[in-house]
Amino acid sequence: MKIEKIQPVMTPDCCSAPSSILSKPAPPNLDPLKGYRQPASNVFSSEIFVKEMVDTPIGQVPRVESAFTRVDRRGALRSRIGAFRMHYAVTPGVYALGRPGQKSPVLVTANYKLSFDHLRSRLPHTDAWILVLDTKGINVWCAAGKGTFGTQELINRVLGAQLGNLVEHRKLIVPQLGAPGISAHHVEKETGFRVVFGPVEARDLPAFLDGGQKATPQMRRKEFPLRERAVLIPIELLPALRAMIPLSIILFVLSGLASTSGYLESALNFGPRAVLGVLFATIAGAVLVPLALPFLPGRAFSVKGLWAGLLFALPFVFLTGIDLGIWPGRLEAAAWFLFIPAVSAYLAMKFTGASTYTSVSGVRKEIRWALPLELGGAAFGLLMLFASYLVG
Amino acid sequence: MKKLRYLPNVVTLEFDKKKCTGCGRCIEVCPHGVWQMKDKRAALVDKNSCIECGACAKNCRYFAIEVQAGVGCAAAVINGMRGKGEICGCETTKDGKTVSTGCC
Repeated sequence: MKIEKIQPVMTPDCCSAPSSILSKPAPPNLDPLKGYRQPASNVFSSEIFVKEMVDTPIGQVPRVESAFTRVDRRGALRSRIGAFRMHYAVTPGVYALGRPGQKSPVLVTANYKLSFDHLRSRLPHTDAWILVLDTKGINVWCAAGKGTFGTQELINRVLGAQLGNLVEHRKLIVPQLGAPGISAHHVEKETGFRVVFGPVEARDLPAFLDGGQKATPQMRRKEFPLRERAVLIPIELLPALRAMIPLSIILFVLSGLASTSGYLESALNFGPRAVLGVLFATIAGAVLVPLALPFLPGRAFSVKGLWAGLLFALPFVFLTGIDLGIWPGRLEAAAWFLFIPAVSAYLAMKFTGASTYTSVSGVRKEIRWALPLELGGAAFGLLMLFASYLVG
Repeated sequence: MKKLRYLPNVVTLEFDKKKCTGCGRCIEVCPHGVWQMKDKRAALVDKNSCIECGACAKNCRYFAIEVQAGVGCAAAVINGMRGKGEICGCETTKDGKTVSTGCC
């Protein structure tokens, strides 16, 4: 059978093909599932984690193992830091994990490399088929929210790869966090495959598979433990620093005007503190908030960020040599008491996107009152800081 | 650890119990325990934990559940307010340029 070379971007067909035409070889130009066929084996030659190609009833399928190599680990780290993350995608299609056969389960996942690696690493002694959907390199949950981990994509992949010829059962195990994008009854109607939603966390998959593919209520809950919050810190911190470093430079330049004792002396006197103040605000919002999220008071993330900011503003104002005996010093202290909590609250609010328990209605409500206060607070704090420099 | 909770009384989740057949799909897909089976029908037991992901509504073949699904992401909502489309930084922007920062 001639296999189409995979196209990275394709438009899904509005209506899926009836399964009857799949048995006949369709002319390439008229193939409604073009782009959803199992890719030719040479497509996988660049995928370093593929051990070999194995022959199956649907053609050659790449075989992967559960064990992780050092190259996988380095790639995972790069992806977390944010570099090259858009390039960190797996070729969509069917993969063999271990030595699967006709009775082996079919596990569906996204083509984000971390999702794929996480899945296989959690299944060390399992033989299974992995069906990778094209989610443009985005993880299951985010892609489900956007609809790329979606009903039509899954239907097209199942039909395009001729999954019905690969396994004798008619069951797909879809990660539960993919459910916002997958309408199980539509998939069943179009493909004949029944969707079973697997556990939220891949680590529960062995227990789920051993326990007759039944998830306990605990397996169905999405939590937000410290470890998960901590790995998100670089993704929060780096964009925040990108905005804060230019601000620090501007403040350093302006701090030269803070006293009459010469520009450079004044800049060296006041500049480092200004840079430190910006850094404190950033760390409060982008590091302390993720780490201490359950312990910071308030429901709204902005409120949590406000408290984190106050916690950082206190030692900053009293321990960095601001002269509270004179008015310029008091003005500067007040400026930081405004700026640090405001910036921290804003950064905390941005963390709603990475958190696992916020609703869009709640976020809209929070933004309406919090965003003006945060922007206003930060701007007014900066104005007070400049004023303290000018009167000093 | 106590359960993390976001703002109360804001979600758009609606449930029409008369249409429910008790199939249990909503309970299966909900990641926050919003639903429970009571008297062979689904019941909304913790509406304030709902994150409006839309999984239950999408998987209710009897149209008993309605929710305005969305992603609880401030960056996306702010980008939407600025007319840039509701993107949170982990997808392709309109002009085809990829954005490399974001939550996911």
